Amino acid sequence: MNRQFGEAILDLKNVSLVFGGVKALTDISFDVREHEIRAIIGPNGAGKSSMLNVINGVYRPQQGEIILRGRHFARMNPYKAAKAGISRTFQNIALFKGMSVIDNIMTGRNLKIGTNLLLQAIWWGPARREELAHRAKVEEVIDFLEIQHIRKTPVGRLPYGLQKRVDLGRALAMEPSILLLDEPMAGMNVEEKQDMCRFILDVNDQFGTTIVLIEHDMGVVMDISDRVVVLDYGRKIGDGTPDEVRADPEVISAYLGASH
Amino acid sequence: MPELASARALDTFPRLLIEHAQLRGGQPAMREKDLGIWQCWTWHDVAKEVRALACGLSEMGFRRGDNLAIVSENRPRMYMMMTAVQCLGGVPVPLYQDAVANEMLFVLLDAEVRFMFVEDQEQVDKVLEIHDQLPQLEHLLYDDPRGMRHYTQPFIHDIRELMAMGRIHNRNHPDLLNSEIAGGSPDDISVMLYTSGTTGKPKGVCLTHHAFISAARGGAEVDRLRADDNILSYLPMAWVGDHLFSFAQAMVTGFTINCPESAETVMNDLREIGPTCYFAPPRVFENLLTQVMIRMEDASLVKQRLFHFFMAVARRSGAEILDRQPVPLVDRLLYALGDLLVYGPLKNVLGMSRIRVAYTAGAAIGPALFRFYRSIGINLKQFYGQTETCAYVCLQPDGQIKFDSVGKPAPGVEVKIADNGEILVKGPMLLKEYYKRPEATAEAINAEGYFMTGDAGLFDDDGHLKIIDRAKDVGKLANGAMYAPNYIENKLKFFPYIKEAVVFGDRREMVCAFINIDIGAVGNWAERRGLAYSGYTDLAAKPEVYGLVQECIEQVNGELLGEGALADSQIHRFLILHKELDPDDDELTRTRKVRRNFVAEKYAVLIEALYAGRNSQYIETAVKFEDGRQGKVAADLLIRDPKTFAVGRRAA
Repeated sequence: MNRQFGEAILDLKNVSLVFGGVKALTDISFDVREHEIRAIIGPNGAGKSSMLNVINGVYRPQQGEIILRGRHFARMNPYKAAKAGISRTFQNIALFKGMSVIDNIMTGRNLKIGTNLLLQAIWWGPARREELAHRAKVEEVIDFLEIQHIRKTPVGRLPYGLQKRVDLGRALAMEPSILLLDEPMAGMNVEEKQDMCRFILDVNDQFGTTIVLIEHDMGVVMDISDRVVVLDYGRKIGDGTPDEVRADPEVISAYLGASH
Repeated sequence: MPELASARALDTFPRLLIEHAQLRGGQPAMREKDLGIWQCWTWHDVAKEVRALACGLSEMGFRRGDNLAIVSENRPRMYMMMTAVQCLGGVPVPLYQDAVANEMLFVLLDAEVRFMFVEDQEQVDKVLEIHDQLPQLEHLLYDDPRGMRHYTQPFIHDIRELMAMGRIHNRNHPDLLNSEIAGGSPDDISVMLYTSGTTGKPKGVCLTHHAFISAARGGAEVDRLRADDNILSYLPMAWVGDHLFSFAQAMVTGFTINCPESAETVMNDLREIGPTCYFAPPRVFENLLTQVMIRMEDASLVKQRLFHFFMAVARRSGAEILDRQPVPLVDRLLYALGDLLVYGPLKNVLGMSRIRVAYTAGAAIGPALFRFYRSIGINLKQFYGQTETCAYVCLQPDGQIKFDSVGKPAPGVEVKIADNGEILVKGPMLLKEYYKRPEATAEAINAEGYFMTGDAGLFDDDGHLKIIDRAKDVGKLANGAMYAPNYIENKLKFFPYIKEAVVFGDRREMVCAFINIDIGAVGNWAERRGLAYSGYTDLAAKPEVYGLVQECIEQVNGELLGEGALADSQIHRFLILHKELDPDDDELTRTRKVRRNFVAEKYAVLIEALYAGRNSQYIETAVKFEDGRQGKVAADLLIRDPKTFAVGRRAA
C-alpha cells in the first residue's frame, strides 16, 4: 500500500504536566502528520493516557504548547478540541449504558446540531430535517462498523468488545479529522482485536482520518502504526517507525525488553 | 425490458421477468434493508438492472454456455445477476459464501468458471488466495466497494463499471439482448447447484428452466402462492431450497423477496417484514423454540403458568383447529383466549404473525417440534426433495398434515418405492445431468428414467410418503434388528439441551451415542443452578450436565421401547463430546448435516472406548478457528450408561 502523509497537523512542543509532586509528563515534543497512524506506547504509568488527555484538553499542561493546524493553543479544552475536529474513545468505556446504540452514536453528532431545543422538542420543520440527516450519518457509521444487529440494544447489555466498537462509532459520528484512541483493544480476544484493527485501518484509509492511538498489544502497534512514540516515566525515550523503535536499545531495555 | 411484448411462452426465467415487468412493473419485486431503511426494487427496476448487467456481461465477452460463479449472502443484485446470466444463455453457479478458499477451488475448476461475481472484499481476498490455481478465471466482479480502493489487479471490476458499460452497450445495440432472450430454450440449463457433498466430492447438478419452473408452479399451485406474498430470503443462495423459493417461485408467482440487512439481523428483519411465506430448515425452527423456552424459564411465575396452561390447550387442539377438524367447544374458546394472550404475542415475537404457510425441509423434523408450531397456529409443512429434483417431490396438502410423513407426491411427480425400500422419483423437475459426470448421471437415473434418491421410505395407507433414513444408513444390529441412526438422532436432537447427536450401532451388539450439548440452553440451565463453567469443554464435562443428558436419553429409550422394530436400538452408552462439531473441521457439511463416517474415523478411539466398556477416555483434537489458525482441544471424557428397558419383558 502506498501511503501518503501530509504536513504535521498536530505538533506538541515541550509539554510538561505535573500533578502535585508527580511529574506525569516531562518536556515532551512530537508531531503527528496528516493521515498517519501514530501510536503512543510505554509501560504502565508512563503517561500515555495523560498525553492523550493533554491533546484533547482534559488536562492543561503547566508548560509547553499545542499547535493544531498552525494555531497555537496554550490552553486547550475539550470543547475547543472537539470543535477543531478531534474526537476520542476512552480506555474505560464512557458510554450511556441505558441508551441504545443509535442514541449513543447520535450523541457524537451533538456539536453539529444547529437547530434550537424548542424546535427539536416539537420535532418540526428544520429540526426534523436535520435530525433525519444526522440519523442517516449515524446509519453510515453503523454500517461501517457492522453493528446493524445491535442498533436498538441498550449499550449496557452488550459484550465488552461490542461496547468498544460503539465507543469508536460515537467518535466517528463526529467526522473527526483526528481520532484519539485510548487502548482500543484492551480486554479483547484475538478475533475482536482483528476486527478492531481492520476498522482502524479502514477509517484511516477511507476517510483519511489521522489516528493517534495508545495500545499495549505490541503486535498490533507494530503492524498498523506508521510512527511510534515511546514514553517511560513521563519522558520520551523513542520516536520513529516501528522498525526504528524496535531496534532502539533504550526502548528495548525500558519496555520491550521488560515485557519479553 | 418492456419492449419485448410478444406473447411468447413463459417458459424461461428471463421471459417470466419481462412478463412481470409488464404486468406489475410498479409492484415491489425485491427489498433489502440498507442503512436502516428497507430499499425497494420494483419489477420494472429489476428488469432495467438485469438488462444493464446482461449487456455489461455481453460486452465483457460472456457467451452462451459460460458459467458465472456467484459468492454472496442474499442480496437483490445477486438474484438479478442470475437472471442476467440466464438472459445470455449462461449458467449461474451459486457457491456457499462461508466456504473457505480451498473448498471453492474445486467447484471453480470443475465448472471452468471464467466470470465470477462476489459480494465484497472478504470474498475477493479468498479468490486472490487461490487465483494462481485458476488459470481460466478472467473477470472478478464485486458488489460492495468498501475496502476495494487499493486493489489494482486489472481483472477485478466494480459491478457499477460493468452496469455503466452495459447501459451504453444497450443504447448501441438495443436488440441484442432481446434476440439473446428469444434464443433461449426451456431445456437450457438455468442453474447449476453443487451438492453439499455428504458423500465424496461435490457434483454440479444441472437443472433446466423447465425443471425449476415446473417445480415452482406445482408448489405455488398447491399452496396458492400469490403475487402479494412476501418471503425473507436469508438461506444460502447455493442451496436448492433458497433457489426454489427466493428465485424460481418469486419469478413464477411474482411475489416479493426480502433480503436481510446482515446475517445477524435476520430475526429483527423477520419481525419487520412479517413474511407471509417462510422457509427454514428444522434447525432454525429448533433454535427459535429453544430461545423461546429459555426465555420462558426466566419469565415471572404468572407468565410461566399462563404459558404452560395455554400451551397445553394448544397441544390438545391447536393442530386440529388449524386442520379444520372438530374440536370441543370449550377448547375452541380456550384456544381463542390463548391466541389473544399467548400464541398471538408469541407469533409476533417470532415474526410469524402474517404467515400463511411455512415450510421446512433438508432434514427430518422432530414430531414434537413440528406439532409445537402447528399448535400455535402456524401452518408449518414439511416437504421433501433433493437438489437433483429442485427440492420438489412431496408436499403436504392443507388439512392433511401428518407429523411423521412428508406428504403426497407433488403435482406432476411420480414416486415409487424400490424393493430395497429406496424412494424413486420421476417428473419434469429432474436434473438434466451432473456436470461433466456422465457416469454419475447414469448411476443416479435408472433405465426407466427414475431418479434414485438414496432415501429409504414407505407409503402409508393414505398414500403419504414416510422417510425413514438414508437408504445406505439403514443398517442392522448384530442381532439382526433394524437400526435407523438418523431416526434416533432426531429424537435426541429434539431436546433443547442436545444440539447434535451421532449414534453408532450398525453391525454392533448395542447402540452408543456421541452428544453435543447446546451451549445456549445448557449454559442457561447451569446459570440458574449457580454452576460455574469456563467454556464449552468445561461445561460438557460437568457431572450435572451428564445427568441432564442422561435423563433425555432415558426418555428416548422409553419411546424406542414402544416402537416395535426399533426397540433394540435403545442407547446403552453415551459420552458428551469435548468440542462442538463444526463444518470448519469437516465434521458437518455446510448445510450442517453430520458426516457420520468422518466423525467415526476421527473419533475412533472414543468409539472403541464406548464398546470396550471403559468409563473414561482421554482425547486430543485439532480444531480450526474461524480465522484459519489451528489449535488443540484436549479432555478426559466420561462415559455413562443410561437406563435401558428390557425388550423381552414388554412381551410378558
